[in-house]
Amino acid sequence: MNRKEMMAVLAGIGTLMMATTSSAADNDETIERGAYLARAGDCVACHTAPDGEDFAGGLGIESPFGTIYSTNITPDKKTGIGDWSEEEFAAALRDGKRADGANLYPAMPYPSYARVSDEDIHALYVYFMKGVEPVQHQPEETSLSFPFNQRWGISAWNWLFAGGEVFEPKADRSEQINRGAYLVEGLGHCGSCHTPRGIFQQEKALDDSGDDYLSGADLNDWLAPSLRGKGDGPHGMVTWSEDDIVEYLATGRNERNVVSGEMTDVIENSTSHMSEEDLRAIAVYLKSLPANESSNADVAQTGEEDNTRAHLDAAKDLSSAERLYLDNCSACHFNDGMGAPRVFPALDGNSLANADNPTGLIHTILAGAEMPSTEKMPSKLVMPGFAWRLSDEEVADLATFVRQGWSNQGGKVTADEVSRVRDELHERSFSTAPASVIDGEEFKKRSGDGNGTRPEHNQ
Amino acid sequence: MAIQKAPVDAVIVGLGWSGSIMGMELTDAGLNVLALERGADRTHEDFAYPKPADELAYGYRHKMMQKPKQSAVTIRRGLDERALPQRKLGAFLPGDGVGGAGAHWTGVLIRPTPTDLALKSFADENFEPGVLQEDMQIQDFGVSWDELEPHFTFFEKVCGQSGTTGNLNGEIQEGGDPFEGPRSEPYPLPALQDTQNTVMFDKAARQLGYHPFPNPSANVSRAWTNPYGMQLGPCNYCGFCSKYGCLNYSKASPQTCILDALKRRSNFEYRTHANVTRVELAPDGKTATGVTYVDGDGNEVFQPADIVVLASYSLNNVRLMLNSKIGKPYDPISRTGVVGRNYAYQVGGGISMYFDDIEFNPFATAGATGRMFNDFSPGNFDSAKHGFIGGAKMHSSQATGTPISMPLPKNTPKWGVGYKEALQKHYGHHMKLSMTGSVMSYRTNMLDLDPTWKDPYGMPLLRMTFDWKENEQKLSMFMRDRLREIADILKPDYRDESFQLEGSHFKVTSYVSTHNVGGAVMGTDPSTSAVNRYLQSWDVHNVFVPSGSAFPQNFQANPTDLIGALTYWCAKKIREDYLKNPGPLMSA
Repeated sequence: MNRKEMMAVLAGIGTLMMATTSSAADNDETIERGAYLARAGDCVACHTAPDGEDFAGGLGIESPFGTIYSTNITPDKKTGIGDWSEEEFAAALRDGKRADGANLYPAMPYPSYARVSDEDIHALYVYFMKGVEPVQHQPEETSLSFPFNQRWGISAWNWLFAGGEVFEPKADRSEQINRGAYLVEGLGHCGSCHTPRGIFQQEKALDDSGDDYLSGADLNDWLAPSLRGKGDGPHGMVTWSEDDIVEYLATGRNERNVVSGEMTDVIENSTSHMSEEDLRAIAVYLKSLPANESSNADVAQTGEEDNTRAHLDAAKDLSSAERLYLDNCSACHFNDGMGAPRVFPALDGNSLANADNPTGLIHTILAGAEMPSTEKMPSKLVMPGFAWRLSDEEVADLATFVRQGWSNQGGKVTADEVSRVRDELHERSFSTAPASVIDGEEFKKRSGDGNGTRPEHNQ
Repeated sequence: MAIQKAPVDAVIVGLGWSGSIMGMELTDAGLNVLALERGADRTHEDFAYPKPADELAYGYRHKMMQKPKQSAVTIRRGLDERALPQRKLGAFLPGDGVGGAGAHWTGVLIRPTPTDLALKSFADENFEPGVLQEDMQIQDFGVSWDELEPHFTFFEKVCGQSGTTGNLNGEIQEGGDPFEGPRSEPYPLPALQDTQNTVMFDKAARQLGYHPFPNPSANVSRAWTNPYGMQLGPCNYCGFCSKYGCLNYSKASPQTCILDALKRRSNFEYRTHANVTRVELAPDGKTATGVTYVDGDGNEVFQPADIVVLASYSLNNVRLMLNSKIGKPYDPISRTGVVGRNYAYQVGGGISMYFDDIEFNPFATAGATGRMFNDFSPGNFDSAKHGFIGGAKMHSSQATGTPISMPLPKNTPKWGVGYKEALQKHYGHHMKLSMTGSVMSYRTNMLDLDPTWKDPYGMPLLRMTFDWKENEQKLSMFMRDRLREIADILKPDYRDESFQLEGSHFKVTSYVSTHNVGGAVMGTDPSTSAVNRYLQSWDVHNVFVPSGSAFPQNFQANPTDLIGALTYWCAKKIREDYLKNPGPLMSA
């Protein structure tokens, strides 16, 4: 080998080495990006059973047709998706097709995930194959009622309501709005809860071409409010600034409200892990969607706010509901119903208090609520439940007072409604479980960050 | 044979304020940190509205306090007495469980003055030889105001300290304490609301030429987000602070200010019901190898660690050092040895005033609600001519309005019709004038291991030898006369007094203060201090003791701010120097 040949060979080896290194780096980078996208898609929320291993499936999701159990999506070859090709993975995400050709149940938001780009599908695939530990765990089988117990039933549903296209940026709007739209319509699958559903439980719109898109829905009796933020009005998303939205998604709290209900887990597991840039894109996008008239009914400013407060301040001739408020609520939410920013949510103008369906408010009074611990705002502030302390009649009185006090315009609540929610409490365990005594080992197991990310902190 | 656990970089004994701060700082430095807490966990479930508002359970049955059967101290008043163990808590109430005393404290968060940190130097300059008692053993802390100031500032932000700034970078501010050391930043939050007693006290004190200002408070006046992102809610003045956990996220505590942030960290772990009985030393006695604890099931466990932080209550830190043979025990006869030396306390006293026609509405108050003045802290008045050193915080505080603890005129029956009638007549008509005084350190006020009594694990109990000394009795008399002058202006219908005057002795059965300090004091001379100025053991260099046990004597106010600042100061030195080069941080 002469010197020239030697140089060529060395150069070749060099190139090869560089290629290897860069593909390894690519790989790590892709896994990291896939992990981020899995956060954005909140895969862990449904594919993890209470106290189960991350992504090992088994969570029961209630639907009008029966309980759907999530599947194991760890790369375990026997019980998970370890044998799946990237094409099969993509088909599951976008078309709701399992690797063996069977249909997935539409609890999986594949009508939304259909919009995810090839590049992102690839990163997710690499992450689930290489970045997630395989867990051998066979979740419970799902059995639904007609027509979802029929393969053709889901096929027909898919034919009617799913099968959208991969997201295409619109030329007439900014890159930022397009990014926001991509995240909201795609992995974020915000419409799954915030878009009203039709008679076949299909979302009435899967993107902003429809006015119903993100216009608010009743989700298992809990208000998933309208996210359409452009316009005027006294309450709701139209009153939020972009900063308010970004802060809320990052921390579960902002100057106007704090998170409650199902959204608590979404913030804890998904949005609080997203970049500020992506959250801002989402905020800008939501603020670009014109609010529907119906979802932001004009509420006249009646001056009722002052009357409620004055009456509570004076504490003369109090009704039983007012006494209940003073004895149980005013310590944190205050007589003006304004609470304290980021700590105690305002009740005046509160979306849950003004929702048509009072269940969310009743549930909160009975069972309490707990804020998520996020990197930026780690305090798990807890509102205690009052189920042990107040009767159905008292809760009904109190809820009615809150729904009609200050500038609120909610309806009356009956003791029967409270009784129904109380009966369901044990089934819907949201935030009722006390942290109780957790010793170190147990704590490690529970919180010990099986998600592969270690929250950064700054002081 | 003890169970052996996997080693950690640092083990922290006790998860109260010091332990939580150390947890943040050492995990920040990338260490794997384990905290061992001998009590139970305490979470929001324990503080859920309205559970803590139970005076019988918490105020009288001490639900948040250590139980004497687990951790009694034996007490005597002089070297010639036989010490007996407490059967019931009385004079002081050490906390139990996660959060420690930081969960049930009142919430007065106040700095010492620069003079307090260098009291011996001050005494040498201002007192003729022979004026002070011969057996007094006061000394400087060995750390200066300028060194600690940034740590006060940070800790006060962690707590959302509420108050009125008196000295900002040397500029005196209206309404604050003109005698405070210069602050680099104003109070994070404005002062708490005034109450009837604060208004009356303020007026009378000003009439006498004093400089009253709102009690510095860790019951927050507004919603607050601290540097860790932790949140406090505005105080609602329910008055359940001292002896209670806050039901409103309004009192700074390890729970409200640190723990949710700390628990998120994957390099932090804590175990409860882990009662550390001793620190284990290497055969040469120069380093610790870890700690031995007894777990909730009664098993003995050895936890290896590279660094041991004693962050338990001050009394227990001293006991652990003695039981682990860290440092030479103090001998009051030869005046040699350091561990157990200079135990100090706080002296209280006051005038209870009853006004038939004034409503004080004590049910609407915060733990720290009150006005105080510092005109009588060391250096601000000439105490030498009265023959004593030290000073007092003079205040009218209204920490609570709970009915059972409501003061009633002397000679009121303790129960029955007479009691009820008096309570009905006087509830809400009472106002207190108080002194909270410094206590110097003396040859015979000390801590050591009890020769007789042992705990359930067979370890000797801590023996406290303490009594009031002439210096504090003279101080009390001087302050009493000043408080009487205020009372004379306010003209109550009836008044009672209680002060530790000449001839008075330490009484263990009624509450005095939980400001037990000293016993493992800090300093720059290893013959008079157990830890160096960085709170590092002189003898075992990987043992640090950030605690009230480091105070060489006590100053005239509440210790929490100083303990917090000292803990950050200690952590900074560990992070900046010790981790790079483990070994003694000062040469003996």
